[in-house]
Amino acid sequence: MRTRLGVASPHIQWHRKVIHTKSAFLPKAQKRRKYAQCEPVWRTKTTKTCAAYCREGHRAATNGQGSAASQGERTKMTAPLLQLSGVTKAYPGVVANDSVSLSIGLGEIHALLGENGAGKSTLVKMIYGLVKPDAGTMQMFGKAFAPTDPRTARAAGVGMVFQHFSLFDALTVAENIALGMETPPPMRTLAARIRDVSETYGLPLSPDRIVGDLSAGERQRVEIIRCLLQDPKLLIMDEPTSVLTPQEVEILFETLRKLSAEGTAILYISHKLEEIRALCDAATILRGGKVVGTCVPRDTSARDMAELMVGSTLATPKSAAHVTGAVVLSVTALSAASPSAFGMALKDISFQVQSGEVLGIGGVAGNGQDELLAVLSGELPCKAGMVRFQDHDMAGIGPEARRGFGVLAAPEERLGHAAAPNMSLIENAMLTGAAREGLSKRGMLNWPKTRIFAERIIKEFDVRTPGPENAARSLSGGNLQKFVIGREVLQRPEVLVVNQPTWGVDAAAAADIRQALLDLAANGAALIVISQDLDELMEISDRFAALNEGRLSAPVSTQGLDVEQIGLMLGGAHGMEVAHV
Amino acid sequence: MDLSAINPILLIAAMIAASTPILLAAIGELVVERAGVLNLGVEGMMITGAVCGFIIAVNTGSPAVGFIAAALGGAVLSLLFAFLTQVALANQVASGLALTLFGLGLSALLGQSYVGIKPPRMGDTPLGPLADIPVIGPILFGHDIIVYLGLLIVAGTWATLKFTRAGLILRAVGENHDAAHALGYKVKRIRTLAIMFGGACAGLGGAYISLIRVPQWTEGMTAGVGWIALALVVFASWKPWRVLLGAYLFGGITQLQLNLQGAGVAIPVEYLAMSPYIVTIIVLVILSADKSRAPGSLGRTFHASQ
Repeated sequence: MRTRLGVASPHIQWHRKVIHTKSAFLPKAQKRRKYAQCEPVWRTKTTKTCAAYCREGHRAATNGQGSAASQGERTKMTAPLLQLSGVTKAYPGVVANDSVSLSIGLGEIHALLGENGAGKSTLVKMIYGLVKPDAGTMQMFGKAFAPTDPRTARAAGVGMVFQHFSLFDALTVAENIALGMETPPPMRTLAARIRDVSETYGLPLSPDRIVGDLSAGERQRVEIIRCLLQDPKLLIMDEPTSVLTPQEVEILFETLRKLSAEGTAILYISHKLEEIRALCDAATILRGGKVVGTCVPRDTSARDMAELMVGSTLATPKSAAHVTGAVVLSVTALSAASPSAFGMALKDISFQVQSGEVLGIGGVAGNGQDELLAVLSGELPCKAGMVRFQDHDMAGIGPEARRGFGVLAAPEERLGHAAAPNMSLIENAMLTGAAREGLSKRGMLNWPKTRIFAERIIKEFDVRTPGPENAARSLSGGNLQKFVIGREVLQRPEVLVVNQPTWGVDAAAAADIRQALLDLAANGAALIVISQDLDELMEISDRFAALNEGRLSAPVSTQGLDVEQIGLMLGGAHGMEVAHV
Repeated sequence: MDLSAINPILLIAAMIAASTPILLAAIGELVVERAGVLNLGVEGMMITGAVCGFIIAVNTGSPAVGFIAAALGGAVLSLLFAFLTQVALANQVASGLALTLFGLGLSALLGQSYVGIKPPRMGDTPLGPLADIPVIGPILFGHDIIVYLGLLIVAGTWATLKFTRAGLILRAVGENHDAAHALGYKVKRIRTLAIMFGGACAGLGGAYISLIRVPQWTEGMTAGVGWIALALVVFASWKPWRVLLGAYLFGGITQLQLNLQGAGVAIPVEYLAMSPYIVTIIVLVILSADKSRAPGSLGRTFHASQ
């Protein structure tokens, strides 16, 4: 559920705009192709098959094979690349996949949809040889395919880019890539090949850098290049865009389209339905481990897909009629240096939030979002008079004391910032809830009361976990996000600041979180929602402001705000590169 | 005070020999820790190697066979640790401490009837004319084969970790075992092999004490060398050449201060005795000021869930 019905999302339109400007520098033929790609509806099945044919011919020619061989390859194309029939996998107490069948053709971008816990990950793990199916068969190019471990799967031409990147922080890019290959060439040759592939696919990457120093987008490039160097027939991508900025997403999509045109099939898992509509040729929808439907994403609305996933009608978050009251939080000429060397300093930010109001702050990650949240939560000190809550100056008041006032915050990074990974949900509930929920008295902790609080969060926010004594790291990303947001919402904040509240959360849960935020505002709290998802901000916020290079634009009402204006407010994207297709 | 009693050439040669047990134990532990396993049982594996090597050398009359037996003994004892931590998924710190206590007890039991016996002597390596070079000859080329073996293991470990695929996989397993597993590497098997290598090296180090340095068998004769080796790995930032430097510093200064004590230098004995620790720590702390850090999965239990 990322968009209003019927209307193309501003997100997509904005992308198109970016590509238009870029395409001015491209040769005519390429320009036409790009144009077709950015408007999915125009790109018909025939053009794609054409591209696949051209590429088949090209490959046969470059391989120096005769026409018979290329003929053979062409007839093979009619057989699907990968065919699963009746694949079943059960774990104690849960059937993760129940008789799943699907088929992926050559060069097809196939989406796998489903809520958190619908069995998508288990299914791709079976294709990648990490998990063995209990029943059912898999076929590749019409031949039986039963990988016993990832190596056999890789040898058969399956590559996988993991959701949580499977990289080694202390090793270099080249070493990481060598680890994912069966017979890696000597390091010097490998480094040259990495440069080569990264340039061809518009994924700039230096082989000698230590992976720990790379950004999320760059780390993903390492994984993708690792797969590409093995010349995969099928590339599995598990939620590849959840950690990327919109620009990085655009670069990724260009790469994927280029791969698809070359005949590589892509199995794509994502919660972002608009992205799937823009990118994928076909979709299989899983619910509770079963296939509940298939569709052609570009002909299906995001809402219909979301409802297939959830299995019930999806409630659009509704903003109850609410009145905005007095100004509760005012920020005046706020400037602050970033604590991190790669951060963005905040420059002269001023805004006010009234009770009952949702202020949406948009912008590309890395433009000061983390720093703004840190200043408002009290992690980052500010000078006198810069941040005021009601008539208290917040200068010199730390996060714990601010919680006492009712100024709460939920940061973006779930594990490690919002929650302590190895501590239980009860302990994590204590960590921010102690003051406002009265969970500790004179330094003594009241565990029974904390457990009740944690259980209440789990129940009201539908956090799927066996119980509150489980460690935070054992929860899936979406479930932990629900817990982290729920923990703050249930403390009845006066002011709540959230950064990326629905990041990596499935459609139904995202709708629930947005509804909870709206309900909170309706009850008189002031909300500041920082997000990269413009659709989300349009849906829930009363006023919108854009954060760009550490500066905040003047907030404007979202009523009647159009895409052009948002584009202007965001100040355009810069410094990013689109694939040289 | 009579410093003229100290022969610098013999002193340096003795310093190299004195460093060998620490060097062997530390380089073994380095490999174990680079694979992501913290084995605190080095002391126990050393003393077990010391007693195994001693018994076999006495009974066969061959120190070389004794050393092989010591390496095997250390490796077999380390298998117990591997079983506890890799199969039974026990806590590594507790298992390592248990291994040390077990090794000390076991060696005392095995060595009961060997107290006071002299082992067969190991000859110096016949390096021919090299040993006759003045000054350099006695310092570098007048040692037994285990000294050279120790250096070879350090060089081999460095080259393996840096240049070979096996070394890369070992580092990967130590850095992030979940990711290594996802790529299809056998985390437990690789770690078990690393643990056994560490055990064999510790065993060799122990036997060097009981067969060459001392040479006789007494209970608890490793006297904390295993712990020093453990600390050395950390101070050396898990780098083989720094382990070599640290081991030579520590062993060398230990030897030097004994000589100084013998020569009656007017420094209180307590200060001399603490000097190896202080100098080694200072030098390695200065060296480790770069941003090198521990292997990412060090000490964490690996469980292949799904």
